[in-house]
Amino acid sequence: MKIKVIVTLKNGVLDPQGKAIQQTLNGMNFGNVEDVRQGKYFEIEVKEKDEKKAKSLVDDMCKKLLANLVIEDYKIV
Amino acid sequence: MRSSVIIFPGSNCDRDMDVALKKFGFKNQMVWHNDQSIPKSDLIVLPGGFSYGDYLRCGSIASKSKIIKSVINFANSGGLVLGICNGFQILTETGLLKGILQQNKFLNFICSNVFVKVKDKQNKYFKDLKKDILELHIAHNEGNYFCSNDELKSLEDNNQIAVTYCGEDGTENETTNPNGAIKNIAGIFNNNKNVLGMMPHPERMIDKYLSGEDGSLFFKNILDNFK
Repeated sequence: MKIKVIVTLKNGVLDPQGKAIQQTLNGMNFGNVEDVRQGKYFEIEVKEKDEKKAKSLVDDMCKKLLANLVIEDYKIV
Repeated sequence: MRSSVIIFPGSNCDRDMDVALKKFGFKNQMVWHNDQSIPKSDLIVLPGGFSYGDYLRCGSIASKSKIIKSVINFANSGGLVLGICNGFQILTETGLLKGILQQNKFLNFICSNVFVKVKDKQNKYFKDLKKDILELHIAHNEGNYFCSNDELKSLEDNNQIAVTYCGEDGTENETTNPNGAIKNIAGIFNNNKNVLGMMPHPERMIDKYLSGEDGSLFFKNILDNFK
């Protein structure tokens, strides 16, 4: 079963890459771009048929490796 | 004093560290990350480099390697653990040190000499160090130290801030902060001050013909405090 995870920086944590992307977009005449936050996306193939169990496994993975909870939030989608 | 330098795939300051430690009289051994245990040591060093190509987050993959359990046990039993640059990043990812090293504020890789102020001398690394400001070298893309306000307060309250970026005269402000690190932090201790992580490389400052010798002071001081 494939589980998808999105990891993003927490609100308030400086995201210089996002800022640079936003400024570039503004410079390309996308003037209405007010903010960009960059994150990470994972597709994890888990050998598990029960969706609940698979998601709970991935949740554990997020806490232990995929996200650093000091600065990042994660969402299993 | 016996030391061990851990080598991860992608470490690239391991041999410089070996040369530096041996120059000042440490009995140093190199230890591969996939080993189960560490030879009897008084100091463990996690060297600089790009372990696992900085994949996922700098230091995150190395922080789960086989040898790390032994490093954590050693640290928890009071042993000296020093992480330089990528080693500092690994230590934050293991949880031995608080916070995280984020990408430099201006998105540039910085390779230059810097001055750092020694903020605490009540520890086995800096006790009786003759200088308060050291000239060391930094080379990193992710050295922008960050932690929560609560963590920062506890670092300050317990004097766990080890070194901060400053000018030659000791001025600490935005212009003497190369990477955007919170409070100009260049290195921190754990609560017991036996674990030290810092971005600057003392092992690059051990030769008066090549660089400078403030790194020599650092290594000699660890030995002096051990005696």
